[in-house]
Amino acid sequence: MKKLLILGAGTGGTIMANKLRPVLDPLEWDITIVDQEEVHYYQPGFLFIPFGIYNRNDVIKPKRDFLPAGVNVEMSGIEVIEPEKSRVKLDNGKTLEYDYLIISTGSKIHPEETPGMLEGGWRQNIFDFYTIDGAVSLANFLKYWEGGRMVLNIVEMPIKCPVAPLEFVFLADWWFTEQGMRDKVEIFFVTPLPGAFTKPLAAKFLGNFLEKKNIRLVPDFSIERVDPDKQKIISYDEQEIEYDLLVPIPTNMGDEVIARSGMGDELNFIPTDKHTLQSKNYENIFVIGDATDLPSSKAGSVAHFESEVLFENILRAIDKRPLLPKFDGHANCFIESGFGKGILIDFNYDVEPLPGKFPLPGIGPFSLLEETKMNHWGKMMFRWMYWNLLLKGAELPIEAQMNMAGKRRVA
Amino acid sequence: MPVKDFNGKQVQVDDEGYLVNQADWDEELAKAIAKEEGIEELTEAHWKVIHFMRKEYQEKGTAPSIRRLKNTGGIPVKELYNLFPGGPAKKAAKIAGLPKPQGCV
Repeated sequence: MKKLLILGAGTGGTIMANKLRPVLDPLEWDITIVDQEEVHYYQPGFLFIPFGIYNRNDVIKPKRDFLPAGVNVEMSGIEVIEPEKSRVKLDNGKTLEYDYLIISTGSKIHPEETPGMLEGGWRQNIFDFYTIDGAVSLANFLKYWEGGRMVLNIVEMPIKCPVAPLEFVFLADWWFTEQGMRDKVEIFFVTPLPGAFTKPLAAKFLGNFLEKKNIRLVPDFSIERVDPDKQKIISYDEQEIEYDLLVPIPTNMGDEVIARSGMGDELNFIPTDKHTLQSKNYENIFVIGDATDLPSSKAGSVAHFESEVLFENILRAIDKRPLLPKFDGHANCFIESGFGKGILIDFNYDVEPLPGKFPLPGIGPFSLLEETKMNHWGKMMFRWMYWNLLLKGAELPIEAQMNMAGKRRVA
Repeated sequence: MPVKDFNGKQVQVDDEGYLVNQADWDEELAKAIAKEEGIEELTEAHWKVIHFMRKEYQEKGTAPSIRRLKNTGGIPVKELYNLFPGGPAKKAAKIAGLPKPQGCV
């Protein structure tokens, strides 16, 4: 029996299990997926929890419901990956050998990387919204908050879903308005980037939105530490910003098992070929989603687009054919902008977000780099697509590679 | 592609002022770029960062992040900010004649 092993049953791992099980002959191929948590979180939904739009139950389902029959499931932590020996040791004592390995262990926040962040203020007046517990406790805090200065701070790049911090402040502006207390709240958007976003056109477009919504943008701020007693954040070059409520996006890192296995960079992300998704160091290892070091966004949509290229390349590797360098860094993000509207961006390694219509050129129904109600409905509808189509590996009406049709070049 | 004149030497740079041809780089050029970036004199501490960055770039194909400069290069982040005020990774890469660091996506 030949063995395919998948580490991590999040978005990427689950999609790969669903795509590969039907095509790999069960008499020839054994597929095992390893994860330590029974619950699958719809992570894009965390954003809505602080504002009471979703609650915990809206974003969780059992992982096993999404794994196909005929795939062995190991619920265990991973002790170490031994790529030289093509085997993985689990916390439950088992050792699993593999012919091919797919690593989809994701990324997590590390607030302890910033001195002072966990000291005193954590979950008192410092909350993340990248974990379910953070998002839920922030919702409880906001319910009774009487106002003051809310500072959103991106600690360092790269982060999961680079548009989520912007969505958070847009939604906050809307929510405080709804509560009749917008005049009692100052909103700061503090980022190490030179602008609101990473790519120039979108940065300008989104920057204008911040201004329109009276959200103060503080660019080029690299946080060194939090002073929880004086309630301020301090940058490496000694800028200081006071807060009453701090919402940091802490350092994002790949899983610790990657570090323990000596397979990652400084942030535990795995060196991966950015077009084939093969590990740069091991021929029989492939990497998908947030676990890679690709210069693309860390987001579910990216893992989904990667899955189509990875599916093809795993089958080609098994058949001893050369891999196809087909992943283009495609990302597609609905950006919730508050008041029932949204913005959509679609881009890849080489093409920054441009205006236009999506997915049907000239028709839509969605509009790129433009704020519309339809884009908001696209975002809300996406949760259904995620659970019912995307995770199950079904074909979506969007191609893996970015398409220029429907986009307008801007001079 | 814009062409820039540093002390009489014509070099190609990209829209943000990063060298297009790595081969154009030498220490004299680095000093001239540094001046443009507001660093009057490159001290030994500056050169340590610049040489480490160039070595990393040759080995890995990308300019190192601030975190890598700290962990592998042994240069404290605070010092980096003192040496290259504003944005150490970007500024030091420019002076070292490397392309703009990735990691910003």
